[in-house]
Amino acid sequence: MGIRFILMVNKQGQTRLAQYFEYLTLEERRTLEGEIVRKCLARNEQQCSFVEHRTYKIVYRRYASLFFLVGVDNEENELAILEFIHLLVETMDRHFGNVCELDIMFHLEKAHFMLEEMVMNGCIVETSKANILAPIQLMDKTS
Amino acid sequence: MNPFSSETRLRDMIRAIRACKTAAEERAVVRKECASIRAAVSDNDNDYRHRNLAKLMFIHMLGYPTHFGQMECLKLIAAPGFPEKRIGYLGLMLLLDERQEVLMLVTNSLKQDLNHTNQYIVGLALCALGNISSAEMARDLAPEVERLLQFRDPNVRKKAALCSIRIIKKVPDLAENFVNPVASLLKEKHHGVLLTAIQLCADLCTVSEEALEYFRKKCTEGLVKVLKDAVNSPYAPEYDISGIADPFLQIRLLRILRILGHGDADASDLMNDVLAQVATKTESNKNAGNAILYECVETIMSIEDSGGLRVLAINILGRFLSNRDNNIRYVALNMLMKAISVDGQAVQRHRATILECVKDSDASIRKRALELVYLLVNETNVKPLTKELIDYLEVSDQDFKGDLTARICSIVEKLSPQKIWYIDQMLKVLCEAGNYVKDEVWHGLIVVITNSTNLHGYTVRSLYRAIQTSGDQEAVVRVAVWCIGEYGDLLVNNIGMLDLEEPITVTENDAVDVIEAAIKRHTSDLTTRAMCLIALLKLSSRFPSCSQRIKDIVNQSKGSLLLELQQRSIEFDSILEKHQNLRSALVERMPVLDEATYSGRRAGSLPAVASTSQGNPLQIPNGVPKTMDAPLLDLLDLSADEPALQNSSGPNFLQDLLGGDILSSASQSGTTQPQKSGTDVLLDLLSTGSPPAQNGSSTADILSISQDNNKTSVDALNSLSSPMVTSVQSTPASSIMDLLDTFGPSPTVPKDNDPAYPPLVAFESSSLSLIFNFSKQPGSPQITQIEATFTNKSSDIYTDFIFQAAVPKFLQLHLEPASSNTLPGSGNGSITQKLRVTNNQHGKKSLVMRIRISYKLNNKDMLEEGQISNFPRDL
Repeated sequence: MGIRFILMVNKQGQTRLAQYFEYLTLEERRTLEGEIVRKCLARNEQQCSFVEHRTYKIVYRRYASLFFLVGVDNEENELAILEFIHLLVETMDRHFGNVCELDIMFHLEKAHFMLEEMVMNGCIVETSKANILAPIQLMDKTS
Repeated sequence: MNPFSSETRLRDMIRAIRACKTAAEERAVVRKECASIRAAVSDNDNDYRHRNLAKLMFIHMLGYPTHFGQMECLKLIAAPGFPEKRIGYLGLMLLLDERQEVLMLVTNSLKQDLNHTNQYIVGLALCALGNISSAEMARDLAPEVERLLQFRDPNVRKKAALCSIRIIKKVPDLAENFVNPVASLLKEKHHGVLLTAIQLCADLCTVSEEALEYFRKKCTEGLVKVLKDAVNSPYAPEYDISGIADPFLQIRLLRILRILGHGDADASDLMNDVLAQVATKTESNKNAGNAILYECVETIMSIEDSGGLRVLAINILGRFLSNRDNNIRYVALNMLMKAISVDGQAVQRHRATILECVKDSDASIRKRALELVYLLVNETNVKPLTKELIDYLEVSDQDFKGDLTARICSIVEKLSPQKIWYIDQMLKVLCEAGNYVKDEVWHGLIVVITNSTNLHGYTVRSLYRAIQTSGDQEAVVRVAVWCIGEYGDLLVNNIGMLDLEEPITVTENDAVDVIEAAIKRHTSDLTTRAMCLIALLKLSSRFPSCSQRIKDIVNQSKGSLLLELQQRSIEFDSILEKHQNLRSALVERMPVLDEATYSGRRAGSLPAVASTSQGNPLQIPNGVPKTMDAPLLDLLDLSADEPALQNSSGPNFLQDLLGGDILSSASQSGTTQPQKSGTDVLLDLLSTGSPPAQNGSSTADILSISQDNNKTSVDALNSLSSPMVTSVQSTPASSIMDLLDTFGPSPTVPKDNDPAYPPLVAFESSSLSLIFNFSKQPGSPQITQIEATFTNKSSDIYTDFIFQAAVPKFLQLHLEPASSNTLPGSGNGSITQKLRVTNNQHGKKSLVMRIRISYKLNNKDMLEEGQISNFPRDL
């Protein structure tokens, strides 16, 4: 329900982060990613950020070299998801400081932790950056 | 340092993978890495376990299989330290899913962690549980989660709430346990808890009706108050997004209010104020504000009506629609589709804007706008809207054309006010996008064309012009060819000109040119060429001067490799050569195709009718007075393609000839012929001027290729019937057999035609008896049908049985082939043979006949002769 998956893909089509909230086999995932990325990469700036794919919608936004794609059910509020993507980027930015694609790649597990604090089982859990980053900062301090 | 040992740090591995230039290199690197990880796993290496798991996750994300790392996750989860647990749970969530049995092993660890003192660890466990628990795990751990809903730390509470959602989804029976705790959670201050509690509430409402009622009564007011606070709250840095206080919370609240208010007037009343407040006070220059407004409008549309709010909502949508941001427009179009059901008038006002959106450069917006236009169209605005859509069709992209065409066609069909407009629009669509048009569409067009008799001339002239310009669209060619064939004389002689037409000079040769071009074109497929052939046949009758030319064209197809074309051209050629007298009657103007049945068929209601007509045709009651259209209906039932339309020329001719009232089952039988017009042509050939009972015998001809006794038109028949037999399909064959059975020896063939001549024992010998059964058609007293039945009186079998007859000059005799030439002994079977006698001196002289029967008995030739002069007087 709600969010089905979250993907971060770079402009060459390589997946940098993938979080699925529904079960798909590896094969299915790869084909899905390929199709969606092709569709999104083909669109230009002026076109709207929502793409319809099979039974659900993809909300996407491009930040520098990285595409953030969120697959949602048809009933979900698309504008709210756009806000959520922005919130995610801002949170990562606050933690990593001027986050870029390489940061996400080399600290993949931290990116996942952050995402997990924000979304659980397809629903948005927490929207306050302070609350999201608290456990992660705690972990960094202890390790 | 060896870069591939398990001491490698994650980033070094990533660097190594990134350095690979080709996919094969990358695979090699990953394989080496996996091998070393596997080695470490089997060594049970503690130190670098979490590092290995991190690497595994990266590799998994790239798409390689990593199931050997699953046990590692479990070991990490069981470790006491927080970082290890963290990685372990993360790995668990990424590498596993709820279907794996390994998951069950985690249940114990989860239980322990849920009771841990460290709240972060509890949070971890809840997270994992919430993401991938299976039904059994959910059931086991539900009580723990329930308890945690009241934990002291709000973070844990919020995670517990979300976890409960998954539990409820997996195990709906446990829903009741969560209802009470949720009610208290809804009074929380912490936004996170509130957010998740609302979500839980929403899911509870969808799962169980009683929960919905409970929340409606108890919590609506509370929620309204929370929303009011959220809207009016001062600046809160924690949750502020671009100037609006926690839009996510507001959106969630609006959503739950939607669920609670849907279908319930009281709850809706409570919400009115706050909804109005949200709708008016929220700023719409930021995306967050627009998101809230969007949700607000959706809620207003779903709850019970209260006038003013709806107007407010539609105004907001109107503003969205004219916004320059594509996202907002998309969202507005979405909402408008739902708003149509609520208030169609208001949406009509925005029609122009929506039409603009259909032409937008953005594919998503185009799609939405097209669906919206389809919902918007009604009788008053159908003309301008269609004009717009067709104009756009010319410039649209390929992938959009298919959708657009289908929509335009259905709009035009449903709502066309006049036939001429319908025909015009369809022509335009076909010229632009004929290749995308489905078969039913142009079939429907043909039905309408035949129904609008006063427009025939106009239509055929328009089509003639159209085929000159858009000859590459297959559908245009087909419809044009059909019409030119049908109404060629109208075309050439400019008959039926409407005021708005310009005169156009088309000679007969031009018309034939068009069809010849269509037949010769490479891109024409089988259906088109077949239609061309039949059109040529029709034209040969309407334009006698072009007969020779048409014959040449038809002859060219005789050698075609496609069976259908070859067959048609051979049969048509034979009609052209030998049966000139038949031709004009054969290809007369077709009757009006029944629109109602046609549209009923297209709606799919026809399979029942089709099956009855394909089965035993005689089930159709003989006595029920039907209209002329009935056989045509049956024909149309049989096939969805136009060959059916051509087939109907056969029985149509019959109807014309026989006064249209005779509903003998034979004409029904004509309709059950396979979809080869050739068969009908055969029937027509044989049924010239004779009772339809002859149809039965002609079908007997087709099925029983026996010797030819008379060298008359039966020759042509037989030569034609040989290719026919191979292509007769089984179902119609069985129906023909049905006919045979009934038409067999008994003289019950159309009762209304039998003038009650008693059967006559024409010839009797010691070894053989011959009985004649007579029937006549009321319209042709000179012609007598005789059915001869031979019975074997001896006990031997006669083979090579041949019956011959001779008549005086004032009689004409026509002999059909016999049913067989082996006569079993002792009356075990009989041979039947049909004869047709035409008496030119009917009434003055009666029939006489000399007969000769030859057969083989035990390989000995036998011969019997006799004269029959005891025919009834009036024959």
